[in-house]
Amino acid sequence: MTIRFDDPNRPNSYIGRTVPRPNAGKLVAGQGRYVDDITLPRMVHVAFVRSPHAHARIVSIDVGDAQAAKGVVRIVDGTEMATICTPWEGKLAHLQGMKTPPQHALAVDRVRYLGEPVVAVVARTRAEAEDAADLVVVDYDPLPAVTDLMTALDADTPIIHEGYEDNLCFRRTNEAGDVDGTFAGAHKVVEGWFKSGRHTGVTLEPRAIVADWKAGEAELTAHVSNQAPHMLQVLLAKHLDLPESRVRVVCGDVGGSFGVKVHVYPDEVATAALSKMLGRPVKFTADRLESFLSDIHARDHEATGRIALDADGRILGFDVDDWAAIGPYSIYPRTSAVEGLQVTNLIGGPYAFDHYRVRSSTVFQNKGICAQYRAVGHPVAVAITEGLVDKAAHEMGIDPVEFRRRNVIRDDAYPVSTVAGLKLEGLSHEKSLDALVEAMDYDALRAEQAELRAKGIHRGIGIASFIELTNPSPFMYGIGGARISAQDGCTVRMDPDGSVVALTGVTEQGQGTEAIMAQIVAEAVGIRPHMVRVVTGDTRVTPFGGGTWASRGAGIGGEAALRAGRALRDQILEVAASMLQGKAAALDIRDGVIVDAETGEDRLPIEEVGRIVYFRGDTLPPDLPRELMQTRHYITSNYPYAFTNGVQASLVEVDPDTGFVKLLKHWCVEDCGRIINPQLVDEQIRGGIVQGIGGALFEEVCYDAEGQMLNGSMADYLVPMSGEMPDMVIRHIETPTEEGALGAKGAGEAGTAGAPAAIMNAINDAIRPLGGEVTAMPFTPERILRALGRIRD
Amino acid sequence: MTDAFRNRIDLTFTVNGEQVEATVPAGRHLIDVLRLDLGLTGSHAGCEHGVCGACTVLVDGAPVRGCLTLAAQVQAAEVWTVEGLTDTGAVADLQAAFVARNALQCGYCTPGMLVAAKALVERETVPSRAEIREHMSGNYCRCTGYEAIVDAIETAARARAGEATE
Repeated sequence: MTIRFDDPNRPNSYIGRTVPRPNAGKLVAGQGRYVDDITLPRMVHVAFVRSPHAHARIVSIDVGDAQAAKGVVRIVDGTEMATICTPWEGKLAHLQGMKTPPQHALAVDRVRYLGEPVVAVVARTRAEAEDAADLVVVDYDPLPAVTDLMTALDADTPIIHEGYEDNLCFRRTNEAGDVDGTFAGAHKVVEGWFKSGRHTGVTLEPRAIVADWKAGEAELTAHVSNQAPHMLQVLLAKHLDLPESRVRVVCGDVGGSFGVKVHVYPDEVATAALSKMLGRPVKFTADRLESFLSDIHARDHEATGRIALDADGRILGFDVDDWAAIGPYSIYPRTSAVEGLQVTNLIGGPYAFDHYRVRSSTVFQNKGICAQYRAVGHPVAVAITEGLVDKAAHEMGIDPVEFRRRNVIRDDAYPVSTVAGLKLEGLSHEKSLDALVEAMDYDALRAEQAELRAKGIHRGIGIASFIELTNPSPFMYGIGGARISAQDGCTVRMDPDGSVVALTGVTEQGQGTEAIMAQIVAEAVGIRPHMVRVVTGDTRVTPFGGGTWASRGAGIGGEAALRAGRALRDQILEVAASMLQGKAAALDIRDGVIVDAETGEDRLPIEEVGRIVYFRGDTLPPDLPRELMQTRHYITSNYPYAFTNGVQASLVEVDPDTGFVKLLKHWCVEDCGRIINPQLVDEQIRGGIVQGIGGALFEEVCYDAEGQMLNGSMADYLVPMSGEMPDMVIRHIETPTEEGALGAKGAGEAGTAGAPAAIMNAINDAIRPLGGEVTAMPFTPERILRALGRIRD
Repeated sequence: MTDAFRNRIDLTFTVNGEQVEATVPAGRHLIDVLRLDLGLTGSHAGCEHGVCGACTVLVDGAPVRGCLTLAAQVQAAEVWTVEGLTDTGAVADLQAAFVARNALQCGYCTPGMLVAAKALVERETVPSRAEIREHMSGNYCRCTGYEAIVDAIETAARARAGEATE
């Protein structure tokens, strides 16, 4: 029996409703258990001696004084570490031509970025470990640092890796149609240059791991602040030479992740290796400076692009050359090539056109490693696309909303294969634009803008349409040989009293995974959500899965939960039918009671089934299946990704004397398919928007030409705070995916994908009449004043 | 002078209404005393720079940064953390409003947010949204985008003032 999600009056209708998160109560009471809250018997602490140079040869390491310092337990350098921990390479086989060298847990012979871990110092307390780390003397022979993106491949630029011909990690060109001919013959060609500042995740909880090797059991337990426990289990087993079943990764409460915590970090692997060496628990918690130095960075891109138009303002083609700087290594195991790869796929995503050429070049730098961060590549691609689209609309004299209406892929055109090669199942750009215009009262805002302009108040309205990749299949990583799971699973078990435990392979970092899983299982089984206890983040008990990333939790994990819950329901009904000497098909479960499906009449409380199965199974027919525990795994198969879409708008006021941008309001209409919990989706969108605003206005990891970081603290690296952020209006269109019964696509990244472009277009809408334009993020007051010609030096 | 005399201090103060005696390293900050010595892990260290507000606790009634306060400064003081404020019900309405509005995601900033917000809802008058945003602008949240936090605080403040919420 299928569930009629479109009928709000159906029984057990929890999917689609706002229900509270079961884990919120403990978090507001301060009863969360984050990794740094864990203290184990005999636990020691590790601090890392990190490279003070962006690029240098390690001449010698003297640990004599450090060894003698108070509380020191063990000091390990890269050479010793390499004897028990193998290096890794972040490569995917399907990314042809990609290269990256082996990366060690602790640097061997050479350091290639500021903050690279060189020596591990283990002591009784973190303070003692830090004090002793200060006494380690490393003699470095500095080498030239490669820190400029656009000259990374020049002939006179030093090559970071010995044996390589250049500093190119990966390059891809995605080309279709007749680009040169189309641009040559176009009515109009509009060009632009765009830059996205290197920024980082700044999770409030820093990365942390407590590794606990128990020699007696030959088992490693790692409590880690991470999004993908099974991935980490497999990789720790591989690099520490352990059977996978002897590595248990536990991800309890995680204080924010956003992609920062889905990667393999050398200091975390070193901590696990140290526990194995010492035979006792070892804790590492990054401090804030270490976070800035060693958490992944992202979005260090620079691009030139052009858009070709016909006389009616219809887009004919895009031609973009994108460059991305990463660190000296590609991240493991996902690779640092995916951000650029996404740009080659996503340019022009919302629009119908026939000619396409996007090249992206990913180059090595002596800086921190760049990798997947919330909405991977999307903010870059959307900013290039929507920057060009807005500029084109302006130069054609067409209203930006009208320009988009003319060019978006029609809602009735799906399924569509785009010129960039994307398979789109069903999107709603037209409906989304309509909803946005209505939510904004667009015409009134334009009128108000004109009135205020006459009074010398410079407001701008910026629009950004976007598509967003969610629910990835193995096409993303699996086909490249990475042991990153695209499938996911859920086990549901009914306990004797009729309450249910649900174990899921997807994880919780605050999105509300536990809430939606409880809703889905409750509806699938026919009980109330509070009767479902959800367990996440423990590889010993949860079904093997991918974890939470790429907006896959609801769509993949949710579908598995739905199927497992339905299987449990069917099993409960089969037993109940036997007890009632009736047919299972004539029964249903509603609010925890087995009822006659036709009349709704009560037949049996669900706990009576539990009592009979678990304690009086002798009264049931011997051949009756009685597994009140069911597992289902799910993987998408028709589409490589479930794309979502949406459109954002920003209203800003720019002060041309100070360059300050005031965010007045923000709108987002998005379509993530079936909405499981409206409040949680709205808050994912809001949080994502503000994260995008951070990149647009504030956030940039600044290095000097020698590769020294200039702003490695929260006093210097600006993030969005409550005072500057706007209220946000969120609206939804629902176009469910038909791949699964649930119909959910991802919602976690759409806000971040579109916000920077909307902010950029709004600022330019405000300052274009003053003769200014900004396209290099973050749009600081200084950059805006320069664009306006108010600062010239 | 012995090393122990120079490097360690004896503290007597009150935490969550209970008297505490502890001997701690002289360089210890309040957040570390709470977390490491007293096992009160509800308050979090975020930036150790006084910027993010995750370590905000009450000292003699005022919200302070646990990461900037030396342990020696709380000698004889009265300290309240989220654990104690939860037990006494002092912020129960704020906590309920945060849960109802989903004004937290990962929850790491929340204990500090609640301590900072407590002063706002205890005012005589209901703060405006702009005042709430300004007052809370020393507490970093990466997850929510702040609007839900502002909503939750506004709801709790209105309820305390006897106003119906919109």
